[in-house]
Amino acid sequence: MKAYILKRLLSMIPVLLIVAIFVFFLIHMIPGDPAAVMLGPEATPEEVESLKEELGLNLPIYQQFFEWSLHALQGDLGNSLYMNQPVLDAFTSHLGPTLSLALLAQGVSIFLAIPIGVLAARKRGTGIDRTFMIIAMLGMSIPSFLLALLLMLVFGVQLNWLPVAGYTSLSEGLWEHLKYLILPAISLGTIQAAVIARMTRSSMIDILSMNFIKTAKAKGLKQKVVIYKHAFRNALIPILTILGETFGALITGAVVTETVFNLPGIGQLVINAITRRDYAVIQGTILLIAVTYLFLNLIIDLLYGLVDPRVRLNRK
Amino acid sequence: MEVAKPIQHNQLVALEKDIKKERRQLAVKRFFSNKTVLAGSIMLIFLTLFAFIGPLISQFTPLQIDPANRLAKPSAEHWFGTDNFGRDLFSRVAHGAQVSMGVGLSVAVLTAVIGMVIGLYAAYYSALDHILMRISDALMAFPDILLAIAIMAVLGPQPVNVVIAVTLAKIPVVARIVRSSALVIKEQTYIEAMRAQGASSWRIIWRHILPNTVSPLIVQVTYVFAIAIILEAALSFLGAGVPAPDPSWGNILYDGKIVIYNAWWMTVFPGAFIVMAVLALNLFGDGLRDLLDPHSNKALKE
Repeated sequence: MKAYILKRLLSMIPVLLIVAIFVFFLIHMIPGDPAAVMLGPEATPEEVESLKEELGLNLPIYQQFFEWSLHALQGDLGNSLYMNQPVLDAFTSHLGPTLSLALLAQGVSIFLAIPIGVLAARKRGTGIDRTFMIIAMLGMSIPSFLLALLLMLVFGVQLNWLPVAGYTSLSEGLWEHLKYLILPAISLGTIQAAVIARMTRSSMIDILSMNFIKTAKAKGLKQKVVIYKHAFRNALIPILTILGETFGALITGAVVTETVFNLPGIGQLVINAITRRDYAVIQGTILLIAVTYLFLNLIIDLLYGLVDPRVRLNRK
Repeated sequence: MEVAKPIQHNQLVALEKDIKKERRQLAVKRFFSNKTVLAGSIMLIFLTLFAFIGPLISQFTPLQIDPANRLAKPSAEHWFGTDNFGRDLFSRVAHGAQVSMGVGLSVAVLTAVIGMVIGLYAAYYSALDHILMRISDALMAFPDILLAIAIMAVLGPQPVNVVIAVTLAKIPVVARIVRSSALVIKEQTYIEAMRAQGASSWRIIWRHILPNTVSPLIVQVTYVFAIAIILEAALSFLGAGVPAPDPSWGNILYDGKIVIYNAWWMTVFPGAFIVMAVLALNLFGDGLRDLLDPHSNKALKE
C-alpha cells in the first residue's frame, strides 16, 4: 500500500508541472505587451514600465517561471491589480457561496438520482423506467444556467416565492442563507442528478443480473434486503467514481449558475477579473481549482486502493 | 455427363451489386428502426433548416433597431417578440442558430481531426504516449468552462476564439477515446504480421489502425458538438463569448436576463433552441453508439 501511495503521489508531479506551465503561460498568450493590456489604453509608458518591473516581465522567461512557481508553492499567487489584495485572499473570501452551492447541489442530486436510478433499474423496460430515462435525457441536455434562468422566471418572477438575486452568509441564520441558495442548488443539482441517475440505473442493472443476486432471491430474502443490502452496495463503486468525476462539472456549473443569481462566489470573481483584465486573479483561480481537482481524484484513487486490493496490484 | 457451367463475370458483378444493395437496405432499415438516432436526426434536420431558412422568411434583420417597439410580446408581426432594443427576436434566434451551431460544428470537426492524430500517434509510440497523456491529464484538470474563460480572457471575445478555447478544452477527451481503441487494435496479430512484413508505421497507423477507431470517434465527437453548444452559450452568457451586437443563443440569454421581469420570451425562445440542439445531438450520439457497436452498453437498452 505504501508503494502504491508513493507511486501515485510521484505521478502527480509531471501533471502539476504541466498545469503550472499552462497557467503561467496564459499571461504570455496575451497579444501585445501584457502590462500595457492590463493597464488599459490610458496608461502612460512609465506606468507600464513600472508594472513590468513589478511583475518581473523584463526577466528571462525561465527565471520568471521559476520565481512564479516558487511563490505559488508558498501560497503566494500574486496580487490582484484591481482589488489591491493577494489573489489567495480574494479567492478564499469568494469561496463560501460557491462551496455552499456546490455541496447543496450535490445533496439535491444524490437525493434525487439514487432512488430514481434504483427504481428505474428495478422496473426496467416499463413505462416508469422509460419516463424517468426520458426526463434524465432531457435533464442532461439543459445547461444548468439555462435551467437556473427558467426556474428564476417561474419561481422568482411569476410566483415570487424565492429571491432571484443576492446572498447572505451562514452566520446570518440558516434559512436566510438557504433562501438564496435553493433555486441555484435545484438548477445545478437536477442536471447532475440526470447523469448520476443514468449511471445508477445501468450499474444496478449489471449487478441485478448477477448470480449472487439470484442466490439471494432463491434463499427467500426479502426484495428490499436484496436490493439495498446486496445489490446497491455493490453498485455503489461506479456511482462513487461518477461523483468524483462530476466534481469538475459541479464547480463549472456553480461558477456559471452563481452569476445568474448574482451570488458573490468564484464565478463572479472570475467574470469581474475578465472585465477588469485582472489576469493574476484568473491565473490564481484556475490554478487553485485545477490543483483541488487533481488532489480530489488522488484521494478517490487512494480510497479505491484501500477498498479494493486489485486496484493497487493492477497499476504496478 | 453434365459439366458445371463456369460462372460468367457479369453474373458475379450482378451478384455483388445485389449484395451491396441488400447491405444498403439493411443499413437503412437499421437506421430507421433505431428510434433514438431517428429522433435525433429529425431534430437536427429541423434545426439546420431553421438556421438557413429562418433568416430568409423573417422580414427583419437581426440588427435592425426599432426603439418604439421595445420588448414587444410575441405577435403576428414579431413571432418571438422583440428585445430591449426593439430588434426582432425570431430573426436574432435564427441568425444565432447559425453562429451557435457553426461554433459547435467547427469545434467538433477540429477536435475530431486533432484528437485523432494525437490519439493514434500516442497509441503507436509509447514514449510519445507518456508525454501526451500527462499533458492531457493536466488539461483535463481544468473544468472546461474555466479553461475556456481563461483562454477567452487572454484572446478576447471573438467567435473564432470561442472555437479555439472550446477546442483546446475538448481535444484531450477525444484523443483519449481514439488512443484507447487504437491501443487495443495495435496489439492484434494482424498488425504484428504487417510489421513483420515491413509495412511502414505510416501505413499501419493510417490504413489499418485508423479505420477501427472511427466509430467510437464519431460517437464521441457528436457529444463534443453538444458540449460545444453548451459552452458557447455559457461563455456568451457570461460576456466572454460571441460579442454584441451579433446574436448567438448565449448572448441573447444574456440580454434576456437583464429584462427577465418584463420579457419571458427572451429567455424561453433561445433557451428552447439550445435544449433542442443539445438533446438532438445527445440522442443522435446514443443511437449511433448502439448502431455502430451492438455490444456497447447493453445495460442501457431495454
